[in-house]
Amino acid sequence: MKNTQEFNNRNVSENGYYLVDIADYPTDGWGKFKRVVQRTFRGELFVGLWVVLREMIKFDIHTIQYPQEKMPIGPRYRAVHEMKRLWESDAERCIGCGLCEKICISNCIKMDTRIDEHSRKEVSEYTINLGRCIFCGYCAEVCPELAITHGGEYEQASEQREHFVDYSYMLTPLDKMKAGTQVEFEGFGAITPHEDERVKKTPLAY
Amino acid sequence: MDTAYLIETIIKVVVVLLIFSALAGIGTYFERKILAFMQRRLGPMNVGPYGLLQVAADGIKLFTKEDIIPTNVVGRIFKIAPVITAATAFMAAAAIPFLPQFELFGYTVHPIISDVNIGILYILGIMGVGLYGPLLGGMASANKFSLLSAARSAAVFISYEVVTGLSILAPIMMVGSLSLIDFNEYQAGGFGDWIVWSQPVAFILFWIAAFAETGRTPFHLVANDHEIIDGFGTEYSGMRWGLFFIGEYANMFFISFVIPLLFLGGYGDGSFLGALGLLGKMAFFFFFFLWTRAAWPDVRPDQLMWLCWKVLMPIAVVNIVITGLVMMF
Ligand code: SF4
Ligand code: SF4
Repeated sequence: MKNTQEFNNRNVSENGYYLVDIADYPTDGWGKFKRVVQRTFRGELFVGLWVVLREMIKFDIHTIQYPQEKMPIGPRYRAVHEMKRLWESDAERCIGCGLCEKICISNCIKMDTRIDEHSRKEVSEYTINLGRCIFCGYCAEVCPELAITHGGEYEQASEQREHFVDYSYMLTPLDKMKAGTQVEFEGFGAITPHEDERVKKTPLAY
Repeated sequence: MDTAYLIETIIKVVVVLLIFSALAGIGTYFERKILAFMQRRLGPMNVGPYGLLQVAADGIKLFTKEDIIPTNVVGRIFKIAPVITAATAFMAAAAIPFLPQFELFGYTVHPIISDVNIGILYILGIMGVGLYGPLLGGMASANKFSLLSAARSAAVFISYEVVTGLSILAPIMMVGSLSLIDFNEYQAGGFGDWIVWSQPVAFILFWIAAFAETGRTPFHLVANDHEIIDGFGTEYSGMRWGLFFIGEYANMFFISFVIPLLFLGGYGDGSFLGALGLLGKMAFFFFFFLWTRAAWPDVRPDQLMWLCWKVLMPIAVVNIVITGLVMMF
């Protein structure tokens, strides 16, 4: 929070900025000569040498050895989609309304539904073509059930341009659900914090 | 010339060739590691333990890559140019005593291929010929960046040859010989006898010029990646490019041997410790080449010329005059 405030404050005079004192360039030969001699004997070059040597001795390495080590990514990061389950019943949240398919601006969601044995609508086909997806987050935003969200899985290189994730891949596995480790997505479409206090009664309740 | 001498020389030549080609490869490893550490990176890590086999991987790549001769190049010159760079670099090694003489199975080995009495002149001359590698390679490449690099290399090498020559003229006057062995004998008395104490200016000038002669970073104009891609090496691929590379690194090693031999006592009295000392000094100068690359920016070509002709050369001349006057009286 503090960081963003600092970034948003563009008022130069309040942040301790000051003008650097740069001497004027010498115009005559004697001035130039003096500058050369000064620079030669002030040892500026050794400052640079010392700085890099100090860093080498400190050995404060900042490399992340990528395939073995990974940076933590933000909870709002929009990578490969996930399909969430209901906390109460472990049932799939998706009601097959098709809004996500409709809103997707790159037309990469294809889905189909059918009536299951309890006469309820259920998703029979659901794929996202990640080769077309631009990870805009519209699908997550539009979903009325908070079913489709983005996840943190950003490694999605593939051998061909079209590659698909299907429903079963995106759906939170049941054992994960049983263990209570499903993570709610904090980004697009998520409920804002303290939503309960802020929600107003609908007119019908009066 | 008896057979034993012939065989010994051939063996020495082969050993020097093998060791320094390998060192050139390992030199790239050290360069990448040290640069990485100075920039808070890890450098090569994946091939072999701590990336040690990266050198081998690069070698295999260079050897097996297709040798492309582009359409508009002047074929023969294009092909021969890398050989000139590598060959001259190794030829210069002939007059460098790498270690003091030692006994091996009762046989005295002189770790110098040929103690010619004009050693330094020979080394400088051969390194001067090395200019033709970048020059011809760049001009034959039919590529404007290569051409620029060729022009720059001619300007830089010829200018700094002047500084190199003039700066070591003063020590040569003191020693009275051009052989590196004689230089070593002159300083054999120990720490206090080193020429650097009597000729500090010549030492600094020669050191600065060494950066230009090897084309290392403050003076890395010949193949300045951000301006002229890889300069004369742009059109080269595979082993021909590798030869340029080996030549450059071999040159760095040889210069790192020559500087301590000329100014810092060489291998001293010829004991084991002295030999280690020479290797240590060599390692320091090689390290310094990498160190400056991490720390210093490149200078512009016009600044380089300015430095050479308006600063270093006059200082070198004044140094010679003063040395001469001191020796006369
Ligand atoms: S993130 Fe955007 S492009 Fe990707 S599936 Fe959702 S709506 Fe379509
Ligand atoms: S994921 Fe959401 S928007 Fe898409 S069909 Fe299911 S409930 Fe509707």
